[in-house]
Amino acid sequence: MQQEASIREPLILGNKTYKDITDDVVGPIQGAPPLSWKIGIAISSTIAFYGVGCILYLIGTGIGVWGLNKTVGWAWDITNFVWWVGIGHAGTLISAVLLLFRQKWRMAINRSAEAMTIFAVIMAAIFPGIHMGRIWVSYWVLPLPNQFGSLWVNFNSPLLWDVFAISTYFSVSLVFWYIGLIPDFATIRDRVTHPIQKKVYSVLSFGWSGRAKNWTRFEEVSLVLAGIATPLVFSVHSIVSMDFATSVIPGWHTTIFPPYFVSGAVFSGFAMVQTLLLIMRKAMRLENYIHTKHVEYMNIVIIVTGSIVGVAYLTELFISWYSGVEYESYAFINRFSGPYSSSYWAMMTCNVISPQLFWFKKIRRSLLATFVLSIVVNIGMWFERYVIILTSLHRDYLPSSWSEFHATGVDVGVFIGTLGIFLTLFLLFARFFPVLALNELKTILKSSGEEQKRIQEEAKPNSKAS
Amino acid sequence: MTMESTKKVFHVMYDDDDKLMDAAKNLVGQGVRIKDVYSPFPVHGIDPVIGVKRTRLAIASFMYAMTGTSLALFGMWYFMIQDWPMNIGGKPSFSLIQNLPAFVPVTFEFTVLCAAHGMSITYLLRNGTLPGMPATNPDPRTTDDKFVMEILTEENAMDAEGLEAAVKGTDMMEISIKEYAA
Repeated sequence: MQQEASIREPLILGNKTYKDITDDVVGPIQGAPPLSWKIGIAISSTIAFYGVGCILYLIGTGIGVWGLNKTVGWAWDITNFVWWVGIGHAGTLISAVLLLFRQKWRMAINRSAEAMTIFAVIMAAIFPGIHMGRIWVSYWVLPLPNQFGSLWVNFNSPLLWDVFAISTYFSVSLVFWYIGLIPDFATIRDRVTHPIQKKVYSVLSFGWSGRAKNWTRFEEVSLVLAGIATPLVFSVHSIVSMDFATSVIPGWHTTIFPPYFVSGAVFSGFAMVQTLLLIMRKAMRLENYIHTKHVEYMNIVIIVTGSIVGVAYLTELFISWYSGVEYESYAFINRFSGPYSSSYWAMMTCNVISPQLFWFKKIRRSLLATFVLSIVVNIGMWFERYVIILTSLHRDYLPSSWSEFHATGVDVGVFIGTLGIFLTLFLLFARFFPVLALNELKTILKSSGEEQKRIQEEAKPNSKAS
Repeated sequence: MTMESTKKVFHVMYDDDDKLMDAAKNLVGQGVRIKDVYSPFPVHGIDPVIGVKRTRLAIASFMYAMTGTSLALFGMWYFMIQDWPMNIGGKPSFSLIQNLPAFVPVTFEFTVLCAAHGMSITYLLRNGTLPGMPATNPDPRTTDDKFVMEILTEENAMDAEGLEAAVKGTDMMEISIKEYAA
């Protein structure tokens, strides 16, 4: 059996057995929903309906109801798209990259982080879809023979690369998540007594029986999917950044974009995981599984990626001056002193300055401070995309074309609406799905459980009495 | 019927994965053939003991990946070079090699798409886990915290009494012996 150094903090607190893990996770699914859940879903679905209304109004009227104009052809829509895709990056990073690095702490958070990824990518996909204006012809992005002759989609365009990247990312994340869910659905199936629940979970569990060969295949599939999802995560946000980097807009056409966007995505994704999980662990009483150590690990990822993002901000600022390109340097001077300078300084404060507080161990391990800072990071990362997109667009090469963008109520309504849809989906997930990876957690109980570690330590012949 | 019903299936339950491992090693050492093990999570190291071969799913995944790469490159060659070459901003698409850098992202994404989905579908088919399939674990507790070993008399040289004695010699929790018509 695998032994773990006693100096490592246990990942599962208390004296848990395999059965306790099942009870703690499946119990809330069997019981009636708590009042807080009902209130939460009432609020989030109201917001979601408002958002759907705004989207329908937009589709019915045309994208003129957004604050866009001839110069600023992209604003909140693409900002929200990049923001949501970025948030979607943490889930696959946790489940794929951390699996390859054999990080056991991922097992408590991967299931909900992946759910968050999938919902966030769905929210992201809404924006390019509705920005097309005529969403019913959105299949034109696919290389299909059409009635206008053999005019194909342009494979030299990063926007088309994005179509392939986002759809691959979404479908692969979904499959990866579902394959991990099958054995846990089987656990629920074998436990629930209500006939409708039993029927639903037995369909969802695909007849999983947990034979030795099934588990061998399960582990192989998880490993290979993790192996190919890892470069996928990096490729997706690199391609998103190329939507900008391959253009000739000052402030956009920089080679630093792919790594800078990927770190920003991981940064914002982990912040969103913190925001959601800190509430979920309390609401669902999972404090023994997701505790201070997990939060600290995630905060370390946040400070590393946040610092990379900070270095990238300063690098592009320096290079804009050092390059001697007039348009490039103007774009950056305009960013920090122009009409949108408040957004720039909000971005700098939220993304570069405040996450540095995580260097202090006390703050890094404080759940309240983490919760507050994670929301600050989410706000900062939204402003980052807003600043990059808007400040570069609103000053055209010809000063006669200069303009400004002002968000309309529909801009705000669609964005708030996606937040509502996202939270509704997440609340439904938390209610009906196993929120922890049961089968994975059970494999680390003996090596990383608190009581189990204590017993192992006492069994050692030369251990010091503590 | 009475003649055929001498075949028996043993379901031996353990309450711990280490006990199951020790028992499996012990029984295999006595020459018992264990047909299968049902467990709530992967029990590492059980496969070589009970003779489960390594899966070839990763090889299949590689083959799906290569199919994806070839399809993507062939498609883009046909769309952009052969069927409708375009001159985009003075960068003509008249040669696959010259256009290759622009085709890398889509080729990569399509490779991953085919590898992941091909492998997942193969996995589900080979496992026999598909929507609506019935569960075949002998006891509902095997998806919670119990481990069950399945032994068939027809696969073993030992008779039912001998097997029962050998199994009861391990640190087991429950045993269920059923007769079945082959």
